[in-house]
Amino acid sequence: MKILICIKQVPDMESKFKINGEGTWYDQADLAWRMNEYDEYAVEQAVRLKEQVKDADLTVLCIGPDQVTEPIKKALAMGCDRGVHIADPDSSKREPIAIAAMIAGFAKEKNFDIIFTGMQSQDRGSAQVGVMVAEFLGISAVTTIVDFAYDNGAIQVKRELEGGSKALVTGTTPVVLTCQLGLNTPRYPTLPNIMKAKKKELLVLAPDTGGMGARQETAACYFPEKKGGGLVLEGEIPELADKLIQLLKEKTSVLA
Amino acid sequence: MKTLLVAEFREGKLRAEYSQLIAFAQQQQTEAAMFLVGTASDLPKFNGPLYLADVAKYGEYNPTVHKKLLLEAIDKEQPAQIIFLHSSYGWDLAPRIAVALQAAQISEIIAIEDGLPVIPVCNAKLRRRIKATTPRTVLTIQAGAFGLDGDPEGVPTVVAVDTDASGKVQCTGYEAAKIEGVDLTKAEIIVSAGRGVGKPENVAMVQALAKALGGEYGASRPVVDAGWVEHNRQVGTTGSTVTPKLYVACGISGAIQHLAGMKKSDFIVGINTDKDAPIGEVANVLVVADLKQFLPVLTEKLNAR
Repeated sequence: MKILICIKQVPDMESKFKINGEGTWYDQADLAWRMNEYDEYAVEQAVRLKEQVKDADLTVLCIGPDQVTEPIKKALAMGCDRGVHIADPDSSKREPIAIAAMIAGFAKEKNFDIIFTGMQSQDRGSAQVGVMVAEFLGISAVTTIVDFAYDNGAIQVKRELEGGSKALVTGTTPVVLTCQLGLNTPRYPTLPNIMKAKKKELLVLAPDTGGMGARQETAACYFPEKKGGGLVLEGEIPELADKLIQLLKEKTSVLA
Repeated sequence: MKTLLVAEFREGKLRAEYSQLIAFAQQQQTEAAMFLVGTASDLPKFNGPLYLADVAKYGEYNPTVHKKLLLEAIDKEQPAQIIFLHSSYGWDLAPRIAVALQAAQISEIIAIEDGLPVIPVCNAKLRRRIKATTPRTVLTIQAGAFGLDGDPEGVPTVVAVDTDASGKVQCTGYEAAKIEGVDLTKAEIIVSAGRGVGKPENVAMVQALAKALGGEYGASRPVVDAGWVEHNRQVGTTGSTVTPKLYVACGISGAIQHLAGMKKSDFIVGINTDKDAPIGEVANVLVVADLKQFLPVLTEKLNAR
């Protein structure tokens, strides 16, 4: 079977963000980058599926500037067979539907049985791309999966719902599945597998949105206003502890 | 401007969150209609047209069929905006409608500023204000961001919608949330571990502080997903919503889903190395420190009292 995994590179969310010169997004400079956390679960699930069915071919796709070969290499080291880099230095300016159009443009007529991706990215967080890819390809999509089983063209998944309950959903391939955190435990690439990954095929393609025009623009990107009232304590550890205990005595009844 | 609100129905019941959709429409002073795949015996309290498809016939989660039914309602109503909750139902269905209508989709709106939707990005560290350039828009609103002052009121005018479409995925049932063991919703003091604890061994520091304070320990999602703390102790949208007298967030940056589960606590203490972490937005006190150094000292001092 043929499997596509769509991943994104995002800044580490602990990073110190700055707004870019145009005031439309974060400044890309001086950030630590990593694979979007949700996509790590997508890669892991695809690799596990290959281990289960043996006869599977895993293509990992990432859109972005040259630096996105890093998460592609990580996915290859985790067990994907080939990488596709859609070399697009402007990817951060594109809206979800344009990203989905690029992915669908690549995937059409390639007959992927399953397309795994994260349910959202950690930076934009639109949760739109996976479903839009499925709509463009005219295939099913199930979002926010936290459990996955495959048997001979049939899939059985659990969708995470609000409040911790889950919906049991069945379907057939071809299908797009968007992965929620906790679906599995993503593996760490081993050194031999990192070495092997260097020899795997990496296809570089030019960006093509198939003429998808812009539908929205960013009027502003900014830091939220700090709400007043919250006290910030900084300093030496023992003093901080004393201050906090004093505050708890004054402001709460829990130390009474 | 006409607005169509997409209500939700699950496990045999109308979801009460539809009132948030009404609140959003009222804030914008738009003429609203509603869409629901539900049942005539459990109608939303709402004055206006309700496009109702029969859940017994079409199922509770059947995206292809619900898409067709909703497009049918859109065709009849001709709304300029279609509003969903940013929920497991909304974020699944909305992009399908956006593609079908060639409309801009804006996800997880928390406010309208200067007439434009505002959304959180980068784990709520930043905000974006977005201008749609299409005649129609598909919007999802963050759970809890818009609320009515009182209970919703009214009686809808039901308009039946139907389709002969069928879908290739099927919801076969539900699995209830596991609620055995500790019930954090009843705890008066909760000390929670977040990603900042670093490794499973450090959860013990959080447990020790909880014990010193006479409370329970909890955790944010990443810590539960990693298997360091059991799921019944998870605080947040997919875990428990808690309102203790004291909530201490240790190494929790403050993702929206976590904040939604604890921001109504009486007194909130954040312990974080990052002064700009979103937990600071809800914390009464933010201690800027490495919890691995701070917690043992605090616990010792509390125990020595």
